Amino acid sequence: MHHDKTPLKKRYDLLLLGALVLAGLGLTAFVLLSRMNSSSDGLTVTIRQDNEVIATLPLDEDATYAVQGEDGVTNLVVIEDGTVHMEEADCPDQLCVKQGKIRYAGDSLICLPNRVVVEISGEDEQALDAVAK
Amino acid sequence: MKTRRVAQYGLLIALALVLSYVESLVPAFFAVPGVKLGLTNLVVMVALYRMGSRDAIIINLLRILLVSMTFGNAFSLMYAAAGGLLSGAVMILLKRTGKFKMLTVSIAGGIAHNVGQILIAMVLLGTWRVSYYLLILWWSGLAAGFAIGILSAQVVRRLPESLFNGGQH
Repeated sequence: MHHDKTPLKKRYDLLLLGALVLAGLGLTAFVLLSRMNSSSDGLTVTIRQDNEVIATLPLDEDATYAVQGEDGVTNLVVIEDGTVHMEEADCPDQLCVKQGKIRYAGDSLICLPNRVVVEISGEDEQALDAVAK
Repeated sequence: MKTRRVAQYGLLIALALVLSYVESLVPAFFAVPGVKLGLTNLVVMVALYRMGSRDAIIINLLRILLVSMTFGNAFSLMYAAAGGLLSGAVMILLKRTGKFKMLTVSIAGGIAHNVGQILIAMVLLGTWRVSYYLLILWWSGLAAGFAIGILSAQVVRRLPESLFNGGQH
């Protein structure tokens, strides 16, 4: 009886695991493809704090933006040579600083403790945002 | 029987707190929020396989609350709750079908945990552009679920039967 059950169980396991891996591969392909198609022209950098847009800057102009929190500057966003990175942050984990540089549309730097999101977006994505609002 | 259950819950919750403390000592491997092993899930797996669905739900809720209150804040509680509740629900449902191995249940739970966190991030941060994170968290959830699944199977196999099944002997 135990011998009959094992192969059946294994087949369900393989089906579910196969589906999960396939979904992961599909997701990977989708993200990679959408990146290859995006050109770097006309991209903008949007900085949000507590779900509010606090700054929109062009990606092709070098700039530094200091995000102001209740107790002074919480995050220092630097745009340099078509890339964006978090130069400094006062959060304990420093994950947003460690994330390094981003350059593609749809990429984002997220600082959960300070609730700051820095996103790169293209024109079509802005259009989508307008529809969503 | 009731006293016994209280003691078992206390034991598992204490273990969850110790495991999350151990995990907090390890620095983040990746610069992505949410990528971690999730050692406390071991406790939920043991509760699910050695005690039952109801006990697993209660242990899961208690460890999410207590771990977040000890090591986190209101925001980490929301993330922990979204991930923990979704993964708990998925694991309990899969286990109840009786068609899947522990390892598969754990892997599905690992992915569900990270999908839950992405969903709450979308709500809290007001952005739908999280595909990049979902990609990383999908694979890291799969890997973490795999590791925890192997670990749980070994732990459950080695735990004495008498520890959780009423001990009538």
